[in-house]
Amino acid sequence: MTSIGLAEASNFAVYATMVTLTFAMIAFAMSFSATRVAAPEGLPVAVPVGVPVGVPVGVGATESLPERGAVGLAPGLRAANIGMALTWLSFVLLLIGVTFRGLWAGRVPWGNMYEFSISSALGILGVFLIWSLTRDLRWLGLFVVIPTLLTLGLAVTVLYTEAAQLVPALKSYWLIIHVSAAIICAGAFTVAGATAGLSIARSRAEIKGTAETGWTKNLPDAERLRILTYRIIAFSFPLWTFAVIAGAIWAENAWGRYWGWDPKETWAFITWVVYAGYLHARSTAGWRGDRASWIAILGLVAFLINYFGVNIFVNSLHSYSGV
Amino acid sequence: MADSTGTLTTTEPSPSLPPLSSTGFARWMWRQFTSMRTALILLFLLAFVSIPGSILPQRGTNPILVEQWIADAPTWGPLLDTWGFFDVYAAPWFAAVYLLLFISLIGCVVPRVGVHWRTMRMPPPPAPRHLGRLPEHQKFTSQQSESAVLESARDYLASRRWRVRISDPDEGAWIAAEKGYLRETGNLVFHLALIGILIAVAVGGLFGWRGNVIVKEGSGFSNTLTQYDAWGGGRFSGPEDLPPFAFTLQDFRVEFDRTEAQLGSPRLFEADIELQREPGAPLVNERIEVNYPVSIAGAKVFLVGHGYAPQFTVTDSQGRVVLDDWVVFLPQDGNLTSTGVIKVPDAVPEVGIQGLYLPTTALDEVRGPFSIFPEADDPSVFLSAWTGDLGMDSGNPQSIYTLETEGMEQLGLRALIPGQTWELPDGAGTITLGNYIRWASFQIAFDPGKEAALAASVLAILGLLGSLFIRRRRVWVRVHTADDGTTLVEVAGLARTEAGELPVEVADLAADLKGKQ
Repeated sequence: MTSIGLAEASNFAVYATMVTLTFAMIAFAMSFSATRVAAPEGLPVAVPVGVPVGVPVGVGATESLPERGAVGLAPGLRAANIGMALTWLSFVLLLIGVTFRGLWAGRVPWGNMYEFSISSALGILGVFLIWSLTRDLRWLGLFVVIPTLLTLGLAVTVLYTEAAQLVPALKSYWLIIHVSAAIICAGAFTVAGATAGLSIARSRAEIKGTAETGWTKNLPDAERLRILTYRIIAFSFPLWTFAVIAGAIWAENAWGRYWGWDPKETWAFITWVVYAGYLHARSTAGWRGDRASWIAILGLVAFLINYFGVNIFVNSLHSYSGV
Repeated sequence: MADSTGTLTTTEPSPSLPPLSSTGFARWMWRQFTSMRTALILLFLLAFVSIPGSILPQRGTNPILVEQWIADAPTWGPLLDTWGFFDVYAAPWFAAVYLLLFISLIGCVVPRVGVHWRTMRMPPPPAPRHLGRLPEHQKFTSQQSESAVLESARDYLASRRWRVRISDPDEGAWIAAEKGYLRETGNLVFHLALIGILIAVAVGGLFGWRGNVIVKEGSGFSNTLTQYDAWGGGRFSGPEDLPPFAFTLQDFRVEFDRTEAQLGSPRLFEADIELQREPGAPLVNERIEVNYPVSIAGAKVFLVGHGYAPQFTVTDSQGRVVLDDWVVFLPQDGNLTSTGVIKVPDAVPEVGIQGLYLPTTALDEVRGPFSIFPEADDPSVFLSAWTGDLGMDSGNPQSIYTLETEGMEQLGLRALIPGQTWELPDGAGTITLGNYIRWASFQIAFDPGKEAALAASVLAILGLLGSLFIRRRRVWVRVHTADDGTTLVEVAGLARTEAGELPVEVADLAADLKGKQ
């Protein structure tokens, strides 16, 4: 394929992703507003593990789905399954888009903010989908698809840049190590932010007594959501630690110091400290509940400030945005 | 403080009132200070006090911008400066927060090391009386004798690296096993490694040094203090610690993108140097690129910047050539619009010139002259000539990049392209612009703490993984002989944090014991 062909194919795949993701969002939203679909996750192995319908959700988890062929699927459940299928399709399309972008540029597709953004969108979908293989996460789909769509929307409108060679500062194998870890963290922190936000909403509904009637009725209970948030942060916090350390090693090679309080480094540090605070809050009396969830959201905010704020508004050594 | 859900040994201090005796009060204070809640508050404080350094310019990274900022804000600037806001990460209030955090950490972690050490050497606790009440339990009968079942269980558990304790005869017939001690080990290693990182950073700061130097193509540098444009060292490092190497910058190559989308983006920086690692050593050729520094005797030489050095020839009123040299101009933007100063104290009368060098010239009614591409496609120089006392005999140190025009008289303004000569007014002399060469700037740094920092960081990650993913858990097997002579076997497990794989482990153990019949 010519380079123009690759460029068009990459852009086309990204736009196609946005279309399929929009349909996924509609499907998830329909499922969410439908009447209670099924006992969502929460009761450990209460019901026999069902065969997932249409999409590869899950092995050995605590699904409580009705068996395939059970008389008629609830409309909400069918919509959720369509949403999952479309999310998988979007993931594959976006993977093609990111890959073609890399082939077009002749390097890893992490040279500017457009490329970071579509890769981060891929990261969000990837973390969500891989996680959904071990448990039923259909209730979470809507809240993962929306930030992914926002990320892609920003990428194609504001951040778009033509593929080009890397500036010399980025020509290092540390780019692959450091940025790939950061992109997976972007996905994991976003998903954790979603579950943390939902746990707060659900917890408030539980206190008000509207948990089974309000919009949170299709969610797992608040404590379950907190545990899920903890699990994903327990996964991403060491990875983020690694990303920061890999960045420090790279900085030592490129700039002659491993830590220089560049704004990007500072906000990476702040993000790290906030998530460390989250982990401590999880084992501090009086902080385990909604407070810890707020800290998880604060961590995501720090991460986003680091990504958008520092890249665009601050004069940093990391200003590779290409915008 | 110490992390996270592995709270086997931590008890939260109760929010009771402090005792009245002074030692009791001190102990109470210390317990509060080393509590998880204090650690949490200090963590947030640390995140918070880090923020201003990312918003305000910092002396360590951008001293010129700091001076501009202070000049532009005559009320707030000096005030913020006094409070250390332009050097946040060296400010006392920043240090206070992280030192308090580390003291709190030490106060929490160090006692836990002792506790954990003792715990690791203690046998697992005895089996609870009613195993059936535990969340994970199984009950079945076996044809084997009590001791045979316990022996099988012991072999099974020991081969899977559980710590096993068999009951004394007077305690009943059971076996207790525990696993996952590495969770707390990892937790402690992580926190101790953080202390290690802090020490390594301090060592680097006290014994390390770094300097910056601009070297023109064809010129040399030898590693002594006087050759640096800027040099800074820690308290325990000095000029005598500089390894005596020298190099000449033979060639410096740059390439810029000429496509419309990425016009002017750098694509290549390469510096070829001829290096002499120590006096008397053979000359070797090395190449320094961004991301690829050269190591010399523990120090590293990094390529950090570049620019143009146009050639100027200056004659004075008497027609003598008083200057014929390549003059370093400092880039001001990505297209290398560069400023520089030429001082000619030997001229009669003394002449000083401020200049703007534009590699690819453009003129704009609003912006004035500027460069539109970093390559020297269409170079020109815009000059402002001054005459009078340069002030270089006063003994006060002067920057070679600024001209003190106070007490001088402006002779005029003029733009030149290479080869053109400007006849200064009043017969004060001539200025001719020649060709150009490039210069590269190097950062030379020595940080004796960085290997230790890396080692501590790796330990921190390993400890973190242990503390987050290893689960401390216990299983018990209790047997007793039923009336019909068969053995009643109870298997149960308890996870101290999350259950994780424990249900599977209990089921596997039970299946193994059942299969032995």
